Amino acid sequence: MEPDWIWGLVGGLLIGLGGAVYLLGNGRIMGASGIIGGLVDGSGRNTATERLAFLAAVAIVPIVLTPLYNIEITTNLTSNWVVVAAAGLLVGVGTRIANGCTSGHGVCGMSRFSLRGMVATVFYILAGGITVVLFRHILGVI
Amino acid sequence: MQILFAILAGGLFGAGLFVSGMTDTTKVKGWLDVFGNWDPTLAFVMGGAIIPMVLAWQLTRVSRPLAGGVFPPPPPHEIGHRLVIGSVLFGIGWGLAGLCPGPSIASLSYGGIGGLIFVAAMLVGMGAAPAIGNRLDRLAEPA
Repeated sequence: MEPDWIWGLVGGLLIGLGGAVYLLGNGRIMGASGIIGGLVDGSGRNTATERLAFLAAVAIVPIVLTPLYNIEITTNLTSNWVVVAAAGLLVGVGTRIANGCTSGHGVCGMSRFSLRGMVATVFYILAGGITVVLFRHILGVI
Repeated sequence: MQILFAILAGGLFGAGLFVSGMTDTTKVKGWLDVFGNWDPTLAFVMGGAIIPMVLAWQLTRVSRPLAGGVFPPPPPHEIGHRLVIGSVLFGIGWGLAGLCPGPSIASLSYGGIGGLIFVAAMLVGMGAAPAIGNRLDRLAEPA
């Protein structure tokens, strides 16, 4: 069994390749929060089919690949639904206010050396790190 | 044509999330947990994803989108309150659940009820975001 970081690198390359296809093919930035958010607030109405096709592929491909790798795919998500719902709300509000998430600001933004992408990435990683320390090690909730 | 590229891009994105293990929230939380059992995988995922994208951005200088249209304009330089506050809120939610928007959509096919709750709440948050953003803009205005 190869170490996790090799699979991380290979998976990362695939994600980046996806971003490259979306950019060079459709001329658009592959940001998950923007693609979803445009469907929610109506700003992406003209490109709704393309957005839905992208999201459907994201959702279907992992489950299709699972049998090939003979591993069980699981999120290991906490069963505390209050935490899950609060987290979802924060992710939804935050990514739309900041106009990007891990894929948009992180992958697509930093790769074009965008200052906004880098600043956003520093802030969401710092906030995430502090949250894990606080809620896991001090409060023991997650 | 655009639909085809969207399916191909989404498929590669989904495959990448699966292969890298980013579908598992313990790996994401492990990356954020610097004081616990720190897991550096996410840094390799991010680094790996940036490599093809750097090349793709270079190609945008000498080509046009294959399906027509134009490439995105250069990114704005403005570092405003929206970027910072939004990213902090996102980071808190990301740390709490270990899910960001891409993997949360992927989790719809295997994540059970938890993934559904997360995505439903995220959609509500995205719907509320424009109003919250406007409120922030008013608060940020000098009195």
